[in-house]
Amino acid sequence: MGNVSTNRLAGISMVQNSELETTKKKRPADNSGEPMQKKPAKHLTRIFSSSYLILILLFVYLPIVYLVLFSFNSGKSPSSFDGFSMRWYEALFRDRTMLESIYVTLIVAVISTVVSTVVGTVAAIGLSKAKRLIRTVVLEVNNLPVLNPDIVTAIGLMLLFMSIKIQPGMLTLILSHISFCIPFVILSVMPKLRQLDDNVAEAALDLGATPFKALTRVIIPQIAPAILTGALLAFSMSLDDFVVSYFNAGPGTNTISMYVESMKRYNLSVNAMATLFVVVVALILLLANLVPIIKDKKAQKEEPKNA
Amino acid sequence: MKSFFRMSYPYILWIGIFIVAPMLMIFLYSITNTGNETLTFQFTADNFARFFRDPDFVRILITSLRIALLTTIVCLLIGYPAALFIANLSDRKQTFMILLMTLPMWINMVLKTYAWRGILMNFDFASEFKVFIGMVYDFLPFMIIQIHTAIAKLDPNLLVAAHDLGANKVKSFLKVTLPLSVPGIISGITLVFLPAVSSFFIPKMLGNGNVVLIGNLIEMCFKKTGDWNFGSAISLIMALIIITSMWATKKLDRSAQED
Repeated sequence: MGNVSTNRLAGISMVQNSELETTKKKRPADNSGEPMQKKPAKHLTRIFSSSYLILILLFVYLPIVYLVLFSFNSGKSPSSFDGFSMRWYEALFRDRTMLESIYVTLIVAVISTVVSTVVGTVAAIGLSKAKRLIRTVVLEVNNLPVLNPDIVTAIGLMLLFMSIKIQPGMLTLILSHISFCIPFVILSVMPKLRQLDDNVAEAALDLGATPFKALTRVIIPQIAPAILTGALLAFSMSLDDFVVSYFNAGPGTNTISMYVESMKRYNLSVNAMATLFVVVVALILLLANLVPIIKDKKAQKEEPKNA
Repeated sequence: MKSFFRMSYPYILWIGIFIVAPMLMIFLYSITNTGNETLTFQFTADNFARFFRDPDFVRILITSLRIALLTTIVCLLIGYPAALFIANLSDRKQTFMILLMTLPMWINMVLKTYAWRGILMNFDFASEFKVFIGMVYDFLPFMIIQIHTAIAKLDPNLLVAAHDLGANKVKSFLKVTLPLSVPGIISGITLVFLPAVSSFFIPKMLGNGNVVLIGNLIEMCFKKTGDWNFGSAISLIMALIIITSMWATKKLDRSAQED
């Protein structure tokens, strides 16, 4: 069971993993294949494979290009582009309910990310020191929301909130988001904890560190990257969610997904909102990919000085 | 260090309330017919019987399975060559391609489906076909990434050896690359088929109300008819299908790796 969940995790956090994966192996096959490249047949397959990949990329980016393009449409039509205008952006900033849905989405995502990252990390550290049987059982149960279809998780939580008579609203929305985010945090922190050398923390304790100090000065710094991945994952899961929110938010507390789904007619302001999202996501990912490179460069510059 | 174990207590309590209890509630609702309002349970298997007795419901189940299966097959057919071609690129290009493939996954799924609704408005396709396009779009990256990971892990020396032993490109693909990428194919299939069976948002948004899948049926029970007992029973049936197919693919995976 753990297999599938970590795979899904790998899929979502591929941005981080991919660099690891590809730099790990150096391929002798590349060199041995070199002389054959001059043959025309090799050339043709290369053209074929590149055009195939370009087609796939076009397919993958088509809806995003469409969202951005039609957000600037001067007409109302979702199918014919009549000219450039910013009217849908203006309309977006005048639409209270849409702005509120953005606010709700962000608040819920931030709160559930913070809570689930803290709870998940603390739980993972605790579990890594638990007896094998307890750990296995808890991790299997922890996997349930990852493996279960969203809709099953969603109605289960709804039944729970209904029967303990919590009014659906912001609270149920946040609680349900936290509960599907924690498992992902645990799944990304746990493997890193297993790689840790226990002796380092033991040594800190022997040298007189309090358990709290050993935790915050020794263990947490070592697993910080995994915690960050978990938090990022939780944040994107929460932003992306529709199903769980749909069943667990009260009337009036709409996330973006719920708002868009409930619209009767096609509204190009949604394209404008999506475009803003695309810009923000692109900036974040650009930063996330640039920062390690810049850090590397800095580290390389400093190294010779030390040596 | 053992004392650190205590840190997991709050989460074990949390798991009990927010994971175990909801599952038990679904189970309880599915085998009763009055709910727990008055705390007098009427146990019954009626909810399950009702589903299988009604040809309409069985048809919905079959449609869900058919669309999910078709989506999986098409994702595999389109995704395998893509994963293979990516794996043949230089390391730097590979990283870049995978980044390009995963970037759109960070954009809200509802917004992307909304975009597809706009795009597909220009075409006079059948509703079911529109739903199918939306599903292939949504799940294709999972398939590509899983298969690519499996192929990228292969030891390149195996292909060199196959070449030295006289195998041509096609043969070394069929005898080396393909069999060794089976685990990737299988996890790709799981990651596409399972969410596709339970999907209820894509048919809702792209199907114009003409495509009712099992997820939509569950939604109807909870949001429209208020028949929670029946809805819970359908959820359990769906969970059972998913557990069975996961068990089957796992078994397949194991036998493939033993070969």
